[in-house]
Amino acid sequence: MNFSKSFRNTFLVILLSLIVSACATKKTTTKVEGQMQGDVYTGTDTVKYLADGVPDRVFFATNESILTTKSRDTLRKQANWLRENSSINVVVEGHADERGTREYNLALGERRANAAKDYLITYGISADRISVISYGKERPVDSGSNPLSWSKNRRSVTVKAN
Amino acid sequence: MIRIINLFFIISFLFSAKAYSLIEIDITRGNLDPLPIAVSPLFQDDNSKRNSINELKIENVGSEISLVVENNLKISGLFNPLSKEAFLQKPDIAHLKPRFEDWALIKAQALITGKVTIEDKKLKVEFRLWDILAGREMMALAFTTVPSNWRRVGHIISDKVYERLTGEKGYFDTRIIYVSEEGPKTARVKKLAIMDQDGFNTKYLTLGNELVLTPRFNPTSQMVTYLSYFKNLPRVYLLDIETGTQEVVGDFPGMTFAPRFSPDGKKIIMSFAKDGNSDIYTMDLENRIVERITNHPSIDTSPSYSPDNRFITFNSDRSGFQQIYVMKSDGSNVKRISFGKGLYGTPVWSPRGDLIAFTKLHKGKFYIGVMRTDGSGERLLTENYYQEAPSWSPNGRVLIFYRETKSNDKGEGFSAKLWSIDLTGYNERQVQTETDASDPSWSSLLSN
Repeated sequence: MNFSKSFRNTFLVILLSLIVSACATKKTTTKVEGQMQGDVYTGTDTVKYLADGVPDRVFFATNESILTTKSRDTLRKQANWLRENSSINVVVEGHADERGTREYNLALGERRANAAKDYLITYGISADRISVISYGKERPVDSGSNPLSWSKNRRSVTVKAN
Repeated sequence: MIRIINLFFIISFLFSAKAYSLIEIDITRGNLDPLPIAVSPLFQDDNSKRNSINELKIENVGSEISLVVENNLKISGLFNPLSKEAFLQKPDIAHLKPRFEDWALIKAQALITGKVTIEDKKLKVEFRLWDILAGREMMALAFTTVPSNWRRVGHIISDKVYERLTGEKGYFDTRIIYVSEEGPKTARVKKLAIMDQDGFNTKYLTLGNELVLTPRFNPTSQMVTYLSYFKNLPRVYLLDIETGTQEVVGDFPGMTFAPRFSPDGKKIIMSFAKDGNSDIYTMDLENRIVERITNHPSIDTSPSYSPDNRFITFNSDRSGFQQIYVMKSDGSNVKRISFGKGLYGTPVWSPRGDLIAFTKLHKGKFYIGVMRTDGSGERLLTENYYQEAPSWSPNGRVLIFYRETKSNDKGEGFSAKLWSIDLTGYNERQVQTETDASDPSWSSLLSN
């Protein structure tokens, strides 16, 4: 009786620790593999939605303002949404990570915001519905100092202006 | 707000025949053997002490001024102020005639003595600099000013001593304008702040309601230019720090940023960003005429004039990466000057004209360095996790910049502080600020 009770307890502990370690493993793998491609952020945990299925932001590689395939997909969804909601104007905010000089990053943020704006215009949205503002590295969403945090901060975010 | 100090050179004493001196300091090399100097408290009689308490709520302003001088000389790295406890001679007697043997005994090579009186709401200060080894006076000066200016008197004495012993202008009677930072990284509150070079007399010039960045002094007046996000429109502003009046610079249909004055104070040079492209523009402050200086589809920013106004250095990514360029001030003859490994930014021309200070990013480390104006002779002064934006002391001997620490994954452990380093690469030290701080800009000498 005593033996079987202690056996059962031990069994429970082993079972529990297995579950815990499984969770831990799962968590670390998503963090490392699921959220970045090259150094472009591909996760969703900072993303907000302008409408159902319309993400508000796209991400960039270090020092780049080139739109990735995924970014173009996101911006096409934004363009569709803007076409259906023609009374809404937007501001595209451009951002950089903290690993660059302040003034260059202001220019880089402006360049990124305009890359997104230009793509929206290509998909039929009138230029006067879209304004841009660069915050450089002044408004990070993630305050960590690591490659994943930086990748979340290299972004342009489309927000409603009215 | 700031009264220009009245400078009276009253005392000349034996100064007319320039005394031969044994002591002098070579500041062109790293000084590992700072000059031992005794800064005797400035003597103040009982009557002046009473007036000092009434006027300034300070019992002995003479001692306080000598502490300002002592601290300045110490942070310059060129002097080693000796402990006052070892002093054998009383301040009043030392000021009349020092016993050189006593000062030599404690290994002082130079001595500063002085006397302070406060009468009729006027602060009168006289001081002398003595060469202990040669046993003679090197300099004697007197100033009269309003009592509230007492710290500036300490800075002016420091400048005179520095100049007499190094042969170059000092940089102590100066101020630093910077951005004060508070709050978490994701919602940082930034204000313009100004303080004396030694960290005292901090004043906040904005309330923190809007983001402000990169303030820079006009080298010839009490004007400042900076970037403000007032009404969410990032634009370059001009601020008169005496009157508090400010105005937007130019009428640009987009973000203007990275402003700096020309050395003659007559123009502002800055970047204007439009449709994803940043180019360099100037605006004449007298006739408000705007000129476009660069016209290139790359990012051109962080412009800085040469002291003779004839050239401009800036950074551009026209080669594919951020590098430093020099051009004539009309925008012609653009030449890349940085060719080392890594990225180069924030070039800023030395007030002496011979060097350009910069920030360099290489293999995940940030460096503050200097190079000649043709790009040769690159020398890295300091390496760190993050640092940028050097600004020269008015004599071109010291650089002030800001440094950020790495945060952990939760964003904890982040800080931003001001640091200074000598052109020699020695004497690196943190500059005290009330809050976290960034984007420092050094003023010219306030008096001369």
